[in-house]
Formats: sequence, structure tokens, C-alpha cells
Amino acid sequence: MKPARFDYAAPGDLEGALALLAEAGDGATVMAGGQSLGPMLNLRLAAPAKIIDIGGIEELKRAQDDDRSVTFGACVTHAAVEDGAVPDPSRGMMARVAADLASRAVRNRGTIGGSLAHADPAADWITALSALDARLHLRRPGGARTVPIEDFILGAFATVLASDEILASIEIDKLSAAGRWAYYKICRKSGGFAHAIGAVVADPERSLCRVVMGAVESTPVRLRAVEEALAAEGRDAAIRLTGESVAAARPDFDAIEVRLHGAAVSRAIQRV
Amino acid sequence: MSEDRTTEKQGIGARLRRKEDARHLYGRGNFVADMSMPGLMEVAFVRSPLAHGRILGVSAPEGRQGDVFDAGHLSAVEPIRTTSTLPGYKASDYPPLATGKVRFVGEAVAMCVARTRAEAEDLAQEVRLDIEELEPLVDVFEARREGAPLVHDSWGDNLFLETFTDADVEAVAATAPVAVHRQISIPRQCQVPMEGKGVLACWDDRCDQLVVYSSTQIPHMVRTGLSQCLGIEQRRLRVVSPDVGGGFGYKVVLQPEELCIAWLAMTRRRPFRWTEDRREHLVAGANTRQHHYDITVYADERGRLLALDAEVSIDVGAYSVWPFTACLEAGQIAGNLPGPYVFDVYRCRTLSVATNKPPFTPYRGVARPGVCFAIELMIDAIAREVGREPWEVRMDNLVPPQAMPYDNVAGKHFDSGDYPECLRRVVEAIDPAAVRARQQRGEEDGRLIGVGFATYTEQTAHGTKVFAAWGLPVVPGYEQATARLTPDGGLELRAGVHSHGQGMETTLAQIAAEVLGISPSAVTVVLGDTALTPYSTGTYASRGIVMAGGAVSKSCEVLGQRIRRIAAHLLQCEADGLVLEDGAVRGAGGQAASFEEVARAWYLRPEQLPDDVATAGLEVTEGYRPGVDTGVFTYASHGAVVAVDAEIGAVEILDYVIVEDCGTRVNPMIVEGQTCGGAAQGVGTALYEEVPYDASGQPLVSTLMDYLLPGASEIPSFRIQHMETPSPYTRHGIKGMGEGGPIAPPAALANAVNDALGGLGVEIAESPMTPRRLLGAIIAAQGGGGRSGEGTP
Repeated sequence: MKPARFDYAAPGDLEGALALLAEAGDGATVMAGGQSLGPMLNLRLAAPAKIIDIGGIEELKRAQDDDRSVTFGACVTHAAVEDGAVPDPSRGMMARVAADLASRAVRNRGTIGGSLAHADPAADWITALSALDARLHLRRPGGARTVPIEDFILGAFATVLASDEILASIEIDKLSAAGRWAYYKICRKSGGFAHAIGAVVADPERSLCRVVMGAVESTPVRLRAVEEALAAEGRDAAIRLTGESVAAARPDFDAIEVRLHGAAVSRAIQRV
Repeated sequence: MSEDRTTEKQGIGARLRRKEDARHLYGRGNFVADMSMPGLMEVAFVRSPLAHGRILGVSAPEGRQGDVFDAGHLSAVEPIRTTSTLPGYKASDYPPLATGKVRFVGEAVAMCVARTRAEAEDLAQEVRLDIEELEPLVDVFEARREGAPLVHDSWGDNLFLETFTDADVEAVAATAPVAVHRQISIPRQCQVPMEGKGVLACWDDRCDQLVVYSSTQIPHMVRTGLSQCLGIEQRRLRVVSPDVGGGFGYKVVLQPEELCIAWLAMTRRRPFRWTEDRREHLVAGANTRQHHYDITVYADERGRLLALDAEVSIDVGAYSVWPFTACLEAGQIAGNLPGPYVFDVYRCRTLSVATNKPPFTPYRGVARPGVCFAIELMIDAIAREVGREPWEVRMDNLVPPQAMPYDNVAGKHFDSGDYPECLRRVVEAIDPAAVRARQQRGEEDGRLIGVGFATYTEQTAHGTKVFAAWGLPVVPGYEQATARLTPDGGLELRAGVHSHGQGMETTLAQIAAEVLGISPSAVTVVLGDTALTPYSTGTYASRGIVMAGGAVSKSCEVLGQRIRRIAAHLLQCEADGLVLEDGAVRGAGGQAASFEEVARAWYLRPEQLPDDVATAGLEVTEGYRPGVDTGVFTYASHGAVVAVDAEIGAVEILDYVIVEDCGTRVNPMIVEGQTCGGAAQGVGTALYEEVPYDASGQPLVSTLMDYLLPGASEIPSFRIQHMETPSPYTRHGIKGMGEGGPIAPPAALANAVNDALGGLGVEIAESPMTPRRLLGAIIAAQGGGGRSGEGTP
């Protein structure tokens, strides 16, 4: 469990990182906190020719609070969110999600951007930030684009990031005072990967109502029928629809998976 | 928990802090991976990707042939061949590197040498294996089928051994009011010590010796085993166990990797090291448990046991380990399945079946976590059948204290104790009546509450007769220890057992303190080095403190007599009235000679003494073996209260009580630590740990993300109480206790879960109780299906 040989660069700013990435081509991998990439290197599941470590880039570690939204640099750590060291657009949801994510040692180094770019289906941020309708700002040499999180994740460990592109920041609109959220995770042990996640955000003032099923071995799934029922008729109606919506969204699920995911979503709805 | 007595008493019974803790807490331990040596080369193994196949070729990359070694290079090394005196036993040849065939995923096929481990792994990646895949055996029932493929072609079948103890069960069955039949199983597990295996070997020209540092529990036996396989005399071999980060049985056998690394150092005359990584451990070291019980128990209408009839299949994997054979587990199962209960009719067949999985190695509790799971689930099933509380039925069947010592139906000789009182204390602490009331009320969150108990005995420090009866090629006899007074009056103890978490550097010093009246802080304990310690078969079978402790006690007693004799001359009095206390020899009149004065007189100023005083010196080696050495029985009862979330299959442990009796406790704090750590492993067996295999024999776990271990958040605060019934057979009444903790939790927790889910018609008979397994059973029951245990495996 020792990595294969690789080159390593730790650029001081984002422009430098983009230039190095463009120069290195397909064989390079961007590393932020290294909490997923590190084990993959050790297991030789990843063997990049070059690692471009963006974890030390100051501009990516900052969060900016605007009137309507908060923009997190990609290298803001889970611990910074957990500790309230960065502004919170989510009325406490993000801090709560961060606090229950892996172990503190992982949270100290692991980053929001790294987690999203890695797109592990069982990870927390892809599901939590889907419910919060995050927008992701991507950068490439001489260019930039903004992608809603739903379009960013293509599947398990797959995103729209091009080989010369870096996820630079994550922007999340603030919930209003009426905004409510719930996050219910089923995992077998503290700090373990989730087997089912239900994430719900409801903010009538912003006409936002999202019910997301996560940890589904693919892209997090919005249960739109459940969302509509929740917005229009309330919790009980939404919960009544959950089981069949889960089964319909994932016909490949067996009875146990339908039950687990249905429970995670229903319990989140109950708590919102 | 009792008061801290360290200020008053430092001998047996003192809650002394461990001498070994400081170096570990400060990160100053010395494990194999910590060592450095000029010219040290690192080794990585190429391991089989297939469960079963014929090796057609192993090829090293061009130009690197000199750094890659396969079975052909090691042709002069004898395979590990474990014979047994048991009739019908089939020995397997377990080569250090796979020869002819590969027989499990993870079996070492070649080794690669480089300056760093990363470079050795680079090289390993480039080695090409040409293996023709053969049909794998991944299931004991498939392996027993007529015409099944053979793990060992010459055997004719896949049975290491079949044992059978007959009894007239039919006569009981004809009239027994109650008969309960179940299929019960526990899965294959890994032992997961914090430190995996590790070996460093080098050649010492000065001593003309091959020196092998290994993370092992049995340095002296490893020397014997290496000598046999490598063809080197034992006097030219030194085996050292440095700091070892947990053993649990994983390191109680001769390891193929020890042979490989020792062979490299012996033939290349330079140092080589291999350190097992976690993936290697989880894949190649998935080597324990996996029993299946087809079991029927007969009882009267009150649930009193009349007869037990069982057929047990054990998946022992591809090879036999040395020296514990492929059939130690079967021996322990047949011997322990009757539990701590009174009944007269017992029939048991065991089948030790070869499959394409890693070779079976005994794990803390050796068979008994499975045995206890089986018999204790049956007790609860009988209680449900006769409509009584399971703890009452359990109580009625336990061996009563007035029957001690008691020879049970399997020939186990229970030495002492009050089993019913132990259970009574657990029941009192758990308060099942309160749990029943709570169940009646129901939970606000909808979870289901359950209560469960389990009782067991833990045979410890069993000796010559027992191991000889199991047919082992190496049998323990007298255990030796050396006690040496240093010229400045300090004490050195030397014992051939090893301590890898048990705290024996402290407890052996406490026993010396008890006998010699010396402070444990003036005692140095030397363990685990064949050059420095007397021969010992090592640390296993909860024998260390009984056997090495007894030997230390005896050596110190003889040393004390010599110290008294010298002191009598210094004090000009009779030796008879002299007592040893506070590091000095004291007479009735208040006169005293310190150990330092005694030692100085003998070593440095002998002219002060007559010529014939203590001519044998102040260094004593004595051998010790209890008068009755069939083992002394520690016992315990566990009780658990759980909440089961039946919608998602989650189990939370709300309360967990342990009452144990390990005889005289040398250090109660260490007893509690052992109990707590062991019970945590038991929680792992109950709820988390499992190595599943697919149909091709591939293990489906390879990292700790898939092989779940309980963490601090998953372990309850065990409430531990003690009883103390000294053994009549051992020095100081000590019994072993290292293996007890993990035995009962799977049974107690499964009984509690079954109590919780009884209303849903669910009865679990398989561990671990994962959400998937529980939900499968619950969904089946809700759909009108039957019990989850039926129909498996």
C-alpha cells in the first residue's frame, strides 16, 4: 500500500495551478485535502503521473459573504464549516452535515471542493449541496463557467470537469428566515460512509423545495413528486409518496434498499 | 470498581499502572516496522488473484530477475507440514510460496526485493503470473459434495478431519417433551490487530546466527518451526519478538512470510524486511471463525436440557497452520458446545473442511464465540418453546457450585466457581422485569427493546494432556521462568512467553513483588527473545499469567530462600525466621539486610560469606505446571439491552453488563481492560465484522471501509463486576482470562435482538447482525416468510 511514483507540484495561486494542469495534460490529478486521493494512491487505484496540490492556495480557502449568497473557496475544509469559521448560508445545515462527516482527522484536511470533484456517491456534500441548490464555479486557463450542482455530477466518481479545469468555488444562496432543512443519514458506524441519505430543504419565501435521495451509487436523485407534495400538501402527503417514488426512481433497488432509502427520506421529511 | 490501592500494595491484587504504557503513549515502542539497519532491503509479495488455479509460470520483468523469487528459488525450503496424531487427519503441505497450485486469493506466489517498499511494490506490479483457473471451493457444503473439485489433489476428498462423539440421542428424543432444531452460523472474520504481521531477518556473523525479528506470540516455537523448514540448527537461530501490537491468535503460528524473509537473510547474508499492510491482512489474513451448526437440543417441559445433538462444519481454508493444526477449532467446538450446563447425552460430529480460503488460525476465544452463540441461542429458543424467561431456563441448567469440581458431558473438568450466582448478579444489574415493563409501554420513537443473556466458561492454561489429545505436533509442558537478583539488588525476570497488550511486564513483576517483597519498579521483565529467555511454547490459550506467572512465583520462591540464607549470615541469625519485605530481609528482632547488601555480598564481596552459602547463585530458573493441568475455568455471564430500529435494521446497545470470575486477579485494572477490549471485539463479531466471498472465491472486502470494525461510538460503556473464586489447582489461585471478553457478546446481543423482534416473528441465527441481514429477515417475516436462520447458508 505505497503509491506508485508521481511528480508533485504545489502552486501558490489558482492561475499557477491552471497553467500547470494545462501543461501536464491527462496524466495529472488535482489534489485538495487528499483524504480520498491519498488512500487511492496508496491502494494504487490511482496512479497519476503528476499531482497538482491546490491545498495551499489561499484564495481557495476563503469564503465570501454577499447579500444573497455565500461563496466557498473549493479548499474550505469540512472542519472550517463544522466550526463556523466560515459564513453560513444554510441556517446551520452545512455545519451539521460537516460535523457528522467521516472523522475529525479527515475533516481537518478534507475540503468541500475536493469532495464534490471526487463525486463519491456515498459522500455527504454532493447530496447536501444538491438540496441547497449550489452553483459551482469552474475555471480553466482563460475561461470560466458556472454549473448547477445537478448538472455537475454525471454519476459515480464522474463530473463535467474537463481535464484542464478546476472547481474553484461553490456558491450557495442564503435560506430565508422561513427556510427549513433536514438531513438524515443511515450509516453503520460513526464516521462511516452512508448507505442512505435523505436531504430536504424547504424555503417557501424562495419557492425552494428539494427532496434529495443520496448514497445511491450514482448521482443524487431528486424526488420531484415528493417535493411537489411537500410544497403543496405538507409532510404527511410527502411521506406517503416516498416509498413508491424511491422505487420508481431506482427500479434496480431490492426491497431492502427501497426500505432503507425510503426511511432516510421519510425521516428527513418528518424532521424538516 | 474498587479503590486504588497502589499506595499500599504492589503485589497481587494491586491496581498498578502498567510499566509498558509510557513507551507506547510517547510513541517510543519498537515494532518491526520501526527498526532500521544498514543495507536493509524491503520485500513486497505478489499474491494470487485467483482462489484456485494451476501455476503455469511466474515471470519477472527483464533485467530484474535477480530481485524476484518464486517457489523454484525456495525449493530447498521444506513446506509447512503439520502432522497430527488424530486418526484420519490429512496433513497439507503449505509452501512458503505457492507451488504447483494457488489455493486462495492472497496466497503468496513471489516476493520482490528493493530498497524501499514502494519500489518493491513497483516491481511486484510488473511480475506476470500465468495461472490456469480451476473451479474454486467457497462453501463447506459444496466442498463435501461427491465429485467436488479437490483443494489437495491427492486427498480424494476435502476433509482435513471428521470427529464423532456418539451417544444414544434417539432414546432421549423418543420421550423428550421439547425438541428444538436450528441452523446457526457465524461468518469468516479477520483478527485485525493494530499491528499486522512483520518480519525482519538478518545474519549475525559474530554469533554465526540467523536473527529473525518477528511480530509473533511464540518466538521459541517459531525458532523450532524455522529450523525444521530451513534446515538450520536451532542454536544458530535467534528469534526475537520486539514490541508486538496485538496478537489475538493471528501471530500464534509459523508464518509463511517468516520463512521467506528468513530464507532471504540466510542465503543472502543481509537484512530483509516485510511489513504486512492492511489490504494484505484483510485479504490473505481472513482466516478465522466460519462455523455452521446443525443443532438439536432436547429438553423437558421446564426447559431442562436432556440431550444435545450437533453436526458442525468448519471452513478451515486451504492449508493447516503450524503447530495448531487445521482441527484445533473442531476440538474446541466439540469440547465446549455443551457450555456450562448439566446434561448427560451429547452427540457431536465435526467436519473440518478444506476450501479455497486463507488457512484457519485460532482467534481470541478459539471457537468459543461461535460455540457460545450456538448453545446460548438454543437456550433462548428452548425458553420460548416452554414459555419461560430465558435467564430462568439458563439458571436452572447451570452447573451448581456444590457440584464443583465438575466433569461435564464432554469431559471438561470445571475446577471451581459459582456459575448461577454470576448469572444472578447480571440479572440483578440488567433488571429484566424493568425491561419487560418498558416493552409493554413501547418506545416513543417506535424502536423495539430486547434483553438477552449469555453464559460461558473459558478454559484457560490447559496443558499437556489437553493439547496432546488434540493431536498437536507441539505440546506445552512445564513453563519456565528465570529470576535473577542483580548485583545492586534489583530483579530481572525472564520468561519465554510474550506480552502484546496483556501487560505482563507489569503483572509478572507484581507476582515477583508478592513473593519477594520487592517493589515492581525495581523489577525488569524480559520477554520474547530466544537468546534471553527460557523455552516456552508462547502466549496463547489464556495461559500466560497462569503458566509464566506460576513459574515466576516458583523461581522467586527459590530465589527468596537463597536470599534469606545469605542474609542470615550477614545478620548472624537463623534463616528460618527471616521475612522478605520492602526490598529487604528482616528478622524478628528488627535487624535487616537490604537486597542490595545481600547481592553485593554474593557478587562483589564473597569474602564476607562462608564458602558454601548459596553456591548455585542468585539466578534461578524453575519450571511450573499446575498439579491438575486440564485447564482452569474462568467464567462469566453477560447481559444486554438493545433497541432495534426495525425499519432500518439498526441495533443500539443501551446497556451491557459483564460479571466475570477469573480467580485471583493479579491486577484488577488489567482484568477490566482485557474484559473491555475483548467484549469490544465481541461486539464486532455480533454486529459488524464479516468477510463475504463471491462465487469465484474473491473476498468482497479489502479495506477497513468494507470490513467494518466497531469504533468508540459503537462500543457501550460495559458495566463490569467481578467475583473471585481462586482456582484450587494453580499458584495464587490465578486463572487465565485474556480470551473471555469476545466469547459472549454475539450470543447476548443476538438473544436481545431476538427478544426485541420476537413480536415480528423474526429469529436471527446468524452473525453479524447487519442491517441487511436484519431487514432481510424482517421483510421475509412480514411477507409471511419464516426464520432468517433457516435456509442458510
